[in-house]
Amino acid sequence: MTTIRTVGVCGAGGTMGAGIAIVSARAGFDTVCFDADAAALDRARAQTEGFFGKSVERGKLSAEARDAALARMTATTDLGALAGCDLVIEAVFEDLAVKRELLARLDQVCPEHTVYASNTSTLSITEIAGGCARPDRVVGMHFCLPAQLMRLIEVSPGIATSPETFAAAWAWTEAAGQTPVRTEDRPGFILNALLVPFNNDAIRAVEAGVASAADVDRAIKGALGYKMGPLELIDLVGLDTQVRLCEAFYPITLDPRAAAPPLLRRMVAAGHLGRKSGRGFYTYDGRAMFGG
Amino acid sequence: MSSTYTIVAGGASRSFPDGDPFLAGASAEADVVVYLQGARYRPDATRAAVLVELDTECLGVHTGEHAGDEGGNVLGFARYRNGDDPPSGLVELVRQPRTTDSAIAAARAVLEGAGLEVVVCTDQPGRIVDRLVRPKYNAALRFLDEGLATAGDMDLTCRLGLGYPDGPIERVERGGLARHHDVTRALFEVFGTPAYAPARRAVVAAARRARGDGDAS
Ligand SMILES: NC(=O)c1ccc[n+]([C@@H]2O[C@H](COP(=O)([O-])OP(=O)(O)OC[C@H]3O[C@@H](n4cnc5c(N)ncnc54)[C@H](O)[C@@H]3O)[C@@H](O)[C@H]2O)c1
Repeated sequence: MTTIRTVGVCGAGGTMGAGIAIVSARAGFDTVCFDADAAALDRARAQTEGFFGKSVERGKLSAEARDAALARMTATTDLGALAGCDLVIEAVFEDLAVKRELLARLDQVCPEHTVYASNTSTLSITEIAGGCARPDRVVGMHFCLPAQLMRLIEVSPGIATSPETFAAAWAWTEAAGQTPVRTEDRPGFILNALLVPFNNDAIRAVEAGVASAADVDRAIKGALGYKMGPLELIDLVGLDTQVRLCEAFYPITLDPRAAAPPLLRRMVAAGHLGRKSGRGFYTYDGRAMFGG
Repeated sequence: MSSTYTIVAGGASRSFPDGDPFLAGASAEADVVVYLQGARYRPDATRAAVLVELDTECLGVHTGEHAGDEGGNVLGFARYRNGDDPPSGLVELVRQPRTTDSAIAAARAVLEGAGLEVVVCTDQPGRIVDRLVRPKYNAALRFLDEGLATAGDMDLTCRLGLGYPDGPIERVERGGLARHHDVTRALFEVFGTPAYAPARRAVVAAARRARGDGDAS
């Protein structure tokens, strides 16, 4: 059971924020969509209407449920509009200073009982909470991309997080129809701590000439039943994003597997960023995929 | 291309256990000869390809190596299998620097003709799959010891968050921690990096196997 009624989403114009807002509104929570960028909020609203529209077409949502969910969502560029929120989930830029400043400002606006959740992928919950006069109210809630489709949320307490805050985040996750797992406040929690080094190892195998990218992917899919090979996945996520993940994890963990492989850096330098640039480990021509 | 093959059996084969249809598909006279685990490989230049089933060892152990000039019509192979789970449909075909394209094509024809998927890799410990997956199992086992999360939550995260059919702990346990120990130790022997060092739980399982207790895989 959750006592949370109203949820604020910061960065609701972004990829993750827009998806998180859908999860919240769909589950019946009044949802305040806050972003510094008004145009991003407009885009997110249009995408949200499109998403709910498809859900209705596919019979996953009734037209009434769609209208009610959309009516529960309000968009704003005014932080003051978050004053009535019981839970604020932030999904703003992955920058410690930006997140800490946001929490400091929220402190001025929100009531004492408000729980602050961070969707950070790479930063420490404890460090983010250091920006807040109420670090006991800060907790990690890491959604997966695309948030509106993926059920998993990694819930992580920082050093100062109170058991009540953790329990509130957990209860809301369940009430929102999501599946929580508990992790500790460590770089990458569970998912990225396992995934980022694994993907780097796949790049290193290609670099060491063990096999072609296509054969590495085929081997992993054929042997382990994964839907996507690691190199296909990196192409989708972006090779530049993989470098950024490495740069976030390696200096903290000093795990050699988390360090960006030289081939990855060379490919980024060459502008081979993956799908978005038309070329990564595979070549993409419009929607078609070659090299597999 | 012809896809006839003859089989030289040794002991138990991890790729083609008793009853596997591949065994029944063999003929007495064929262009390709397949040595199963435990059978002693003999060079035969008259064949289109000679296939040697590998466990954790490199192909060079069977053929000898010559300063990077090794290779001809011999290929190593292993059908991927997690411990005693049924073998997957994926075969890693191991080539050497001078392995001929025609030998690779002949080997492919035999294996693909039997409905298997073939990938080609160089003669490195762990080939492709174990090289990539064993460090992940070691990491997950270490995370478990360090209290990052429960085994169930790690597995659930991989299934729900990444869409994998199973998580690392349930998979490595099912395949046998002692077997994992053997595979990752073979990688560690060559690469020497901490990622391949058998995780504590794997060392425990191997020690218990040595004592005749518990996990016998
Ligand atoms: N993209 C992913 O795969 C993924 C997955 C899980 C978690 N995350 C995490 O989610 C967060 C957001 O990532 P994203 O990919 O959605 O980014 P994004 O760039 O798509 O969106 C960020 C949004 O935040 C807004 N914003 C930035 N600073 C702000 C501020 N101070 N106040 C109000 N709005 C602000 C921006 O205008 C933008 O709309 C990051 O912490 C990231 O690590 C991302």
